[in-house]
Amino acid sequence: MKKITLPLSPSDLNALHAGDGVLLSGTIYTARDCAHRRLFELLDRGEPLPIELDKTYIYYAGPCPAPAGKACGSCGPTTSARMNAFAPRLLDLGLLGMIGKGEMSEETRAALVRNKKVYFAAIGGGGAQYAKSIKKSELVAFPDLLSEAIYRFEVVDFPAVVAIDARGKSVYDR
Amino acid sequence: MRTLNTKEISDCVYRLARKAGTTLTPACRSALRAAADAEEGAAQFALATLLENADTAQAERMPVCQDTGMAVVLLEIGQNVFLTGEPLADAVNDGVRRAYADGYFRKSICDPLTRVNTGDNTPAHLHTEIVPGETVKVTFLPKGFGSENMSKLYMLTPSEGRAGIVRAIVETVRAAGSRPCPPVYVGVGIGGAFDSCALLAKKALTRDVGSKNARADVASIEEEALAGINALGIGAQGFGGKVTALGVACEIAPTHIAGLPVAVNIQCHCIRCEKETL
Repeated sequence: MKKITLPLSPSDLNALHAGDGVLLSGTIYTARDCAHRRLFELLDRGEPLPIELDKTYIYYAGPCPAPAGKACGSCGPTTSARMNAFAPRLLDLGLLGMIGKGEMSEETRAALVRNKKVYFAAIGGGGAQYAKSIKKSELVAFPDLLSEAIYRFEVVDFPAVVAIDARGKSVYDR
Repeated sequence: MRTLNTKEISDCVYRLARKAGTTLTPACRSALRAAADAEEGAAQFALATLLENADTAQAERMPVCQDTGMAVVLLEIGQNVFLTGEPLADAVNDGVRRAYADGYFRKSICDPLTRVNTGDNTPAHLHTEIVPGETVKVTFLPKGFGSENMSKLYMLTPSEGRAGIVRAIVETVRAAGSRPCPPVYVGVGIGGAFDSCALLAKKALTRDVGSKNARADVASIEEEALAGINALGIGAQGFGGKVTALGVACEIAPTHIAGLPVAVNIQCHCIRCEKETL
C-alpha cells in the first residue's frame, strides 16, 4: 500500500496506476446528490461556492452522526455513478479529484484525462473502518441537508484503490 | 385469544434495528470469509477490509455501513393475537425512530420530490401478514439503496420459462456492475403479480445467504443463476474476481396463465437482518 498525502503532486499523478492500493492522508470534502445540485445552482447563478474547487477532493459520502468521543460516525463511500451528471463540469472548473465507489461514465473518464486527475474508489460497506481514519470533521455548507451536507474531513491512512488514473485506465475495465 | 400491547412490538423493532445496523448476519460473515479466501489482488483487499470492518462495527457498536437503510419491517401476525395500545404503524415507527437516534444511525428517508429528509428515518417500510397462531414474528431488514437502485422487475412471457428467469437474474447483476457493492446477495421473486412479485424478492433476502429453496426445481434455478453471475468476473467492489454474488435466493408463488413475473432485488454484501418471535 502506497502512503499518499493530498493534494497529489505531479509525480504522484504519474506514479499512480489503476488498481493500486493507497492510504490517503489530507483534507477531503463530502458531497452527494443534493449538495451537488446546490453547487450547480450557485454556479448557474454565478454565485461563489462554499468550497474552493481547485483545492478540493470530493468524497461521495454521507456520514452517520458522530457518537461521543469520535470525530465522525460510520462513513463509507456512496455510488459514484449518480454523480456523473456533475463530475465533468466540476473537474473542468478545477476540482482536484473524487473518491467514491464503482464505475463512472465515459464522460467522467474523459474529463479526468483532460484535466489529469484521479478518481479513487473507497471500499463500499466499510463505514466503521473509515470512521477510524477520519480524525476531524467540520460542517462547511448546507446544514439543512443533514447527512447530505458538505463536511470537511481530515483523514489519515484512508484506504482506497486507484479506480481511474490520470491516463484514463480504469480498474473496472474488463 | 392472546392480547399483545403494540409497545412490545415497538420495543422489539428497537432491539432488532439496533442490532441489525451494527452486525452482519453469521451466514454473511462466513460467505465473505470464503470469498476472501478465494480471491487475490484488489478484490482480496476489499474483502479483508470488509471483514475487519465487521469486527470494528461490532466491537465499537458502530453502524457496519453508513447506509443504515430504509427500515423494512415484516410482521407475521397470528390471527389469534388481539393488539392493544397505540396504532401498530405508530408503534413500529416509534421503535425505528428511537433506534436510529440512539444508535447514531444515518437518517436516509426523504420526500421523493422535495428531497426534504424526514429527520428520523421514518416511516418504516412496513409489511404485515395475517398467519395462523398466536405469536407475532418480527423481521427487520435495513435496506441500503445503492443496491436497491440496481433492482429490476421483468414481466416475462410463459414461453421464456426457466431459461428466461435465469437470464433475467444474471443480466440484472451484469448491468449493475460495480455499483451495488458486490459481492451481492440476490433476492428473486418468481410468479405472483406486478406488486407481489417484488415483495417475494424482498422476502427472499430475509433468508440466510447460502440457504436453498425447499423445492428442488427452484433451488436449481438459484444454483444455475449463481454460477452464471460468478462467471461475469465483476468481483468484490467491481475490482474483478470469481465472487460477484454470495448467493441467490428465489421465492415462488402462483401466477396468471398469461404471465411470468420475475423480480430481482439486489442486496449489497452488507447483509443485515434480524428476527424475533413475540
